[in-house]
Amino acid sequence: MVSPSRRPSGILSNVPTAARVARASRLTPAERERRTGSGGAARRGLPGPMLAPAAIGVAFLLLPLVGLLLRTPWNGLGQILATADVTQALRLSLWTASVATVISIVLGVPLAWLLARSQFPGLALLRALVTLPLVLPPVVGGVALLLAFGREGFVGRYLDQWFGITLPFSTAAVILAETFVAMPFLVVTVEGALRSADQGYDEAAATLGASRMTVFRRVSLPLIAPSLVAGAVLCWARALGEFGATIAFAGNFPGRTQTMPLAVYLALQSDPDAAIALSVVLLVVSVLVLVLLRDRWLRNGPFQ
Amino acid sequence: MTAGLVVDACVRRGGFTLEVAFTVAPGEVLGVLGPNGAGKSTLLRALAGLTPVTSGSLVLDGAVLDDAATGAFVEPPARPVGLVFQDYRLFPHLSVLDNVAFAPRSRAVGRAESRALAVPWVEAFDLVALAGRKPRELSGGQAQRVALARALAGEPGLLLLDEPLAALDARTRLDVQAELRRHLGAFPGPSLLVTHDPLEALVLADRLLVIEDGRVVQHGSPAEVARRPATDYVARLVGLNLYAGRADGDQVRLPGGGQFVVAEHGLHGEVLVAVRPSAVVVSTRRPQGASARNTWAGTVVGLSLLTDRVRLDVDGAPPVLVDVTPGSVAELDLAPGCAVWLSVKATDLDVYRHQES
Repeated sequence: MVSPSRRPSGILSNVPTAARVARASRLTPAERERRTGSGGAARRGLPGPMLAPAAIGVAFLLLPLVGLLLRTPWNGLGQILATADVTQALRLSLWTASVATVISIVLGVPLAWLLARSQFPGLALLRALVTLPLVLPPVVGGVALLLAFGREGFVGRYLDQWFGITLPFSTAAVILAETFVAMPFLVVTVEGALRSADQGYDEAAATLGASRMTVFRRVSLPLIAPSLVAGAVLCWARALGEFGATIAFAGNFPGRTQTMPLAVYLALQSDPDAAIALSVVLLVVSVLVLVLLRDRWLRNGPFQ
Repeated sequence: MTAGLVVDACVRRGGFTLEVAFTVAPGEVLGVLGPNGAGKSTLLRALAGLTPVTSGSLVLDGAVLDDAATGAFVEPPARPVGLVFQDYRLFPHLSVLDNVAFAPRSRAVGRAESRALAVPWVEAFDLVALAGRKPRELSGGQAQRVALARALAGEPGLLLLDEPLAALDARTRLDVQAELRRHLGAFPGPSLLVTHDPLEALVLADRLLVIEDGRVVQHGSPAEVARRPATDYVARLVGLNLYAGRADGDQVRLPGGGQFVVAEHGLHGEVLVAVRPSAVVVSTRRPQGASARNTWAGTVVGLSLLTDRVRLDVDGAPPVLVDVTPGSVAELDLAPGCAVWLSVKATDLDVYRHQES
């Protein structure tokens, strides 16, 4: 038999259990309901030391937008947006961002597939280089584009000499700058989806006689369609907001290379009301993108 | 040319090596039985072309699928092999009809034509009402039917089934098993059925191949394997006590302790002794004047209820599993720790040589 003295005695061993039950708080039926849901007890309210910084963070992110909306000249908004310069910039932005997105899909999806599904020396390095524009300051990208594709650039020189193509300060340059900055968003999104997609389906398709191209077209691609759409929307939104690379590589010529963000920056110095109106348009587009991503594609994909 | 499947190959994957040699005749169903990690799935992957063989060859109806010596290798899409995966792997974005039509479609047949080719399979597998559904809207049994129909719609020359019933609940399993038996019977080529369920293997297979640790340990008819298991794994599956020992006249000495008196006299050397758990008699006192030639003492270490019987795990020399009725357990007051006497008649011991493999 174990002698009582062998049992370790803690500092609470003489305190009756009832006395150790801490003060009871009150739980409303609604609160009880909430805690029985997913997360249970972990979903209690945040403690004060966490709540205050979180609230300040929210305020910091939202106040500028409130400021923008408060200063918006709602009555004259239609008039400002109807001016030739603004519609021109808006049309150019939408057009170039869309073309940049199409180019990103055409080049980026095969690139993502290569990164996700093949193995060769230098793969990790290639992946790092491909995603570099994600962290590179866009204006540096613009300078780099200029040095490569500019009239004196090591590629641009030959484009000019052999084909008579001059890229800088043209609409094509805008598209190139936007693609350079935005394509990595699509590549990263699609690569992640391909990587996490169940390759068992690819194997099943192969045993059913499908060539690798057919597997990609009929199985891999449809299965990652939600991610492809999400990646394309992100890419488009990024291209729409592109500023640094565009101004460095394409300049700021109204009707040719002046996109919305450039127009906003320019207008801010001469006509603040126009700058605000243009900003509101871009804000609305961003919110639409977010809603589209959230509800349609990010939370519940069509195959889940 | 040999009709059917001829396998003589070695597959190395990481530190694991699978070494097998066997043939399957057209129309024959070979059951491949083995514990998890024995190499069953590796065998199917090699046959489907998803993993190349390290040495040896795979030949189907005289055509080389894979031959490490010559380097010949037929890529998976070009192999006339249908594989039903354990988790089915139905394409979630395609309807039942389009899943079944996938193989015809892959042969560069147009959408309408491939669907027309799929229809007879959809009908044969009783899937007409489900043709428009997506895989997520199917029950386990229905998904299994679609997976089999999809594999057969490719008109393969070799059919591979990886644990086809493992993902089903017990009730559905019986229905699907009967159906599967019918479809396997109608398939003209050789089939391989991988399973770790002995009953499934006994019901569905014409012949059994038992694999353990990448090697064939037994090869024979289901009845033979069930009656005379070659290893502990198979014995446990079919519910027999199995002992390896050394025969000398009518005595078999067990290296782990104990000995048996057996009815056969002619055997000498290494043998296996199989005993049915229901052939062993348990008593609380030493049997007197009984005809059983084998009597030894033991201690009950465990009891488990098997539907209508109680299986006793008795430690002794040798240890043995014994089946008794719940009534006997109550009457003899059996519980873990009880000392008991065990007896078994010499004629209830099946003695045989270890099969060469």
